[in-house]
Amino acid sequence: MTNTDMRPRLGAVALSPAPEGGADPAVVCAGLRKRYGEGATAVHALRGVDLTVQRGELLMLVGPSGCGKTTLISVMAGILDPTEGSCRILGQDMTALAPRPRAAFRARNIGFVFQAYNLNPALTAAENVSVPLRICGAPVREAMRKAEAALDMVGLGDKVESAPGDLSGGQQQRVAIARALVHEPQLIVCDEPTSALDHANGQRVMELLRRVGTVDGRALVIVTHDARIFDFADRIAELDDGRVTRVGTPGALAGAGHGATDPGPAPDGEDMPAVAPCAGPVDAAGGAMADAPHGGNGCRPSAARP
Amino acid sequence: MYQIALKMLLANRGKYLGMVLSLAFTSLIMTQQPAVFASILTRTYGLIDDIAIADIWVMDPQAQSVDESKAMPDTRLSLVRSVSGVEWAVPLHKGQLKARLPDGNTVGCGLIGVDDVSLIGAPGDMKSGSMADLRMSDAVVVDAEGAAKRLAVQVDGGMRPLAVGDGLEVNDHHAVVVGVANATPTFQSQPMLYTTYSRVKLFNKSERKLMSFVLVKAQKGQDHRRLAARIASETGLTALTADDFRARTLRHFIKRTAIIMHFGTTILMSFCIGAVVTGLMFHNFTQDALRHFGVLKAMGTDDRTLLLMILSQALLVAGTGFGIGVGMAMIMGNLPGDPMGMRLSPTILLVGGGAVLSITLVSAALSIRQVLRLEPAIVFKQ
Repeated sequence: MTNTDMRPRLGAVALSPAPEGGADPAVVCAGLRKRYGEGATAVHALRGVDLTVQRGELLMLVGPSGCGKTTLISVMAGILDPTEGSCRILGQDMTALAPRPRAAFRARNIGFVFQAYNLNPALTAAENVSVPLRICGAPVREAMRKAEAALDMVGLGDKVESAPGDLSGGQQQRVAIARALVHEPQLIVCDEPTSALDHANGQRVMELLRRVGTVDGRALVIVTHDARIFDFADRIAELDDGRVTRVGTPGALAGAGHGATDPGPAPDGEDMPAVAPCAGPVDAAGGAMADAPHGGNGCRPSAARP
Repeated sequence: MYQIALKMLLANRGKYLGMVLSLAFTSLIMTQQPAVFASILTRTYGLIDDIAIADIWVMDPQAQSVDESKAMPDTRLSLVRSVSGVEWAVPLHKGQLKARLPDGNTVGCGLIGVDDVSLIGAPGDMKSGSMADLRMSDAVVVDAEGAAKRLAVQVDGGMRPLAVGDGLEVNDHHAVVVGVANATPTFQSQPMLYTTYSRVKLFNKSERKLMSFVLVKAQKGQDHRRLAARIASETGLTALTADDFRARTLRHFIKRTAIIMHFGTTILMSFCIGAVVTGLMFHNFTQDALRHFGVLKAMGTDDRTLLLMILSQALLVAGTGFGIGVGMAMIMGNLPGDPMGMRLSPTILLVGGGAVLSITLVSAALSIRQVLRLEPAIVFKQ
């Protein structure tokens, strides 16, 4: 399954081509501000966020509830406009796109994994996975064939005809990951992908995301509260009150005592894995990632490596 | 994407069935009631249709409809016959009388007196007997529906239709049934007796004027409307082509009765109830599926595709509901004996279908509004 044969057809919508596998960052946020409401009741969800996500990188957004993580990931996924600032996704300024080309851009370039899986209960696992391809206009038969291949890739080749309700939480999340990957997007955004899973399933899902989510220059942005998965990140950006307060490798932030909220005891009662202290500060633009690329800081469990 | 939309719809079986049944009953009422109404309207001018041979109907100027005529003296017949362009003209009596059945029961009947010589005015389709036998002494022909229902004779252990050979007493005169004819039933479902015009005089000895209408055949090449105008101007009577008389009868009936109001209210209520129930259920269905629409929107489905997905759902609901409703109406219309008396015309189906479609489109519009206003960022909220 090459990158070329997985690319969906986009129909007649003209788009600025997203550079693939080049040196451009996957996401560049500059001076992002987002305000909900007006006047005294206005809520400032983002208060000037500068953040860059490199291709091939797994970035986690962490922080307490209400700190602006969901707003930031929505802007980074091109489904929410900032009040101020700009967000370039795969080289494309999203605010410059009209709604229809923007939707087509998302359809082609962005994959989504949600906390509650958001699988359509009316569809089989394979049909759910085929949805991004169908949105892009792929013929149903071809979309189903690729969906079955994607399910096979996530280890669910025998569940293509299963309804989401017949699958376990971990299996449903793997279906959701297959759905996020089936059209070979260049950016995958995940919202709390492990929060509804027990420790073992959470680790499996993260291993899968790590294995397939950052290859071929893909970037992976994950919003999470789950400290058990921090070690899978290349970098972690900590948000508080609408600002990025710190960015660094898991080791660097753990050494400085990062402020992710306590996720509470694991559903299966297992202890949370300790985050090993690592050295090496990095900046928000990912410039210092050179000293902490994949496998560079020695903080991640070897099982998590692609 | 439409396949996905339809699967989403069919997966929510409760709401889908609710919407389909709501539209099915709306469709049933919106097609069955107008069909019954159309049938009733047809009965009001059934006599005009039955005497299709007459091009022009001549009547007293005070006559309003085929059921409300004012009798004219027989001398008017000669006047009409004298107008140029008239091929022939014959008298027709339309009145009421009471008939005593062989079992002693008395039934109010309509009486049609037709021309003695030509028998023009008598229905041509005989179920039994012969119309020519009307020339026999005391002969009458009865309509088939009347013979089977109101004029049915009580016999040992049940009823039997009035049949050829049975005797009747009409205004103290003996009459013999010589035939049973298939005629359009009247609005009041009154049994009809057919006899000759001269025998009508015998049955109604006290009446001087008995000629309700003069039936006219135009000579070949004559414009019916112009000939009717000429008859009117030369005789001082009202002369109308069959089509004009049918329309006049219909107008009079609609104007003088509240039937259109009754049927209209039923149909309107059915439309409103169908619209509200279907609209709410479709709205609720979309509300239930809003998160999935949000996911589709976030993943890049454009608004036009979402709109078409919802429209396809609405059209499936409308098609299924309308099909079931019309099917039920057709079954009702084809029940043995046609108790409903329905005339399910293509126009009624078209109008009923349009009404059901409009209900579903309005319902879909409400749902489309919800989905188009949906912020895709909702997918990141629990």
